[in-house]
Amino acid sequence: MLEKHKFLERHGLILTIAILVTVSIGGMVEIAPLFYLESTIEEVDGMRPYSPLELAGRDVYVREGCYLCHSQQIRPLRDEVERYGHYSLAAESMYDHPFQWGSKRTGPDLARVGGKYSDEWHRQHLADPRALVPESVMPPYAFLQSRALDYYQAAARLKANRAVGVPYTDEMIENAESDLRAQVDPLSDQYEAFLARYPNAQVRNFDGDAHQLSEMDALIAYMQILGAMVDFETYNAEENYR
Amino acid sequence: MADNETDGGEIEIDDHSGVETTGHEWDGIKELNNPLPRWWLIVFYICVIWAVGYWVMMPAWPGITGYTKGLRNHSERQNVAAQITQLEEARAEATQQLVAAPSMEAIESDPALNQFALAAGASLFGDNCATCHGAGGQGFKGYPNLNDDAWIWGGALEDINKTITVGRRSTHPETTNTMMLAYGRQGILSRKQINDLTEYVLSLSGQTHDAAAAIRGAQEFAAQCTACHGADGTGNHALGAPNLSDAIWLYGGDRATIHETLWDGRGGVMPSWEARLSEAEIVALSVYVHSLGGGE
Repeated sequence: MLEKHKFLERHGLILTIAILVTVSIGGMVEIAPLFYLESTIEEVDGMRPYSPLELAGRDVYVREGCYLCHSQQIRPLRDEVERYGHYSLAAESMYDHPFQWGSKRTGPDLARVGGKYSDEWHRQHLADPRALVPESVMPPYAFLQSRALDYYQAAARLKANRAVGVPYTDEMIENAESDLRAQVDPLSDQYEAFLARYPNAQVRNFDGDAHQLSEMDALIAYMQILGAMVDFETYNAEENYR
Repeated sequence: MADNETDGGEIEIDDHSGVETTGHEWDGIKELNNPLPRWWLIVFYICVIWAVGYWVMMPAWPGITGYTKGLRNHSERQNVAAQITQLEEARAEATQQLVAAPSMEAIESDPALNQFALAAGASLFGDNCATCHGAGGQGFKGYPNLNDDAWIWGGALEDINKTITVGRRSTHPETTNTMMLAYGRQGILSRKQINDLTEYVLSLSGQTHDAAAAIRGAQEFAAQCTACHGADGTGNHALGAPNLSDAIWLYGGDRATIHETLWDGRGGVMPSWEARLSEAEIVALSVYVHSLGGGE
């Protein structure tokens, strides 16, 4: 056996092939099944693709590196469930590309922060975290308030997500830009159509400033939907024990 | 012929250490071919054997339609559900008493139950409420202080319970949505009228003010403000209209802030906690918040 090892180690091409075979077994066993096994993603009610505004907010979240300090995954452990609520389901991040589970918690987990605080709290806290949480070490993001959201790419963002498997319809892509504006304006003509496309989406001005559609609007819209989509009334926990 | 064999086919042995060499040589330095330490190998083989046992006992190998469940039938989600059930059972007696109590006043007058409610409430407050209302319930600008005697939506146990359950100006269908209008921004009143009103509001709490302007402002107050804040400005819990005649201010009682409030309006949001907390938890929180300051 040791002699065969010597043979492998002294023939670069054969060693490369052997390494590839070994690593791909790992990939086949650990990764490939996630794509076809039905037990990977739970069957739930309420999950829908992010609305264009939420998706734009998600992009701000990723751009600012929020995931470096905030996880979005409540683990199935008693203390986490007690503090944050129901443990995260795979279904809840099925439209996330890439997912934001994270592993670093300098700040609290955000998987179920949706609806927990008011929009105004989010706005003030993002602008100046220590004004509301004196012991916080979070950097301020006040500039989000004054930065106009670049929503001309709204349709392109949806298309990009559709390319990796998020079920955005042609209608959603066509209306991406107007849907994005409709979500901050409860009085718009698009209200009904928007809610038909994105059920249970929250429609209001998120940053309290009606003059400009800012990155703050988008980020708060995203924060307020986190963990709030799945209907746990109809979720069968026993069937989904893993 | 391998690199570390001499012409005669012999493996070269290093003179100094007596270990065979790999045959590689850099600037006269030869690499020794030391075997892996025995202890390391033993640990390695134990790990391999352990892994095989793990495959048998625990969920491990994926198949075509499912995966091997393992002999132990382990499920992390089942475990946490069992732990939560256990926790709920341990608390069941007291939580049932909280829900079944004829009133929250009855909870407060039962020392044992009150103690349980206060302990549970304090822990829930830290997890959920302290973020806005402060760790000691002292509040921040725009987030009411819960330690004082001033209550915007009422400080009786029932009022506090309702505020937590359905929220105020929240997304809950039964929430209250009355709010301070933006009298300036929406053009309801002129700038001068707002200036006069500001002086009148200052006079209500006995602060220094322009007396002449306040007299003019009193007329505007009667026309615009009394519906919510009352004729004497003492507020109305049902509408969430704060008392303007005391020294306690949610956003600030100085001239500039009062002007800003009149101009831009206010509408602080308390989220609804009905979906996030259980009935018993909300009762415990109500009792805790009621105990903080001058509950009504």
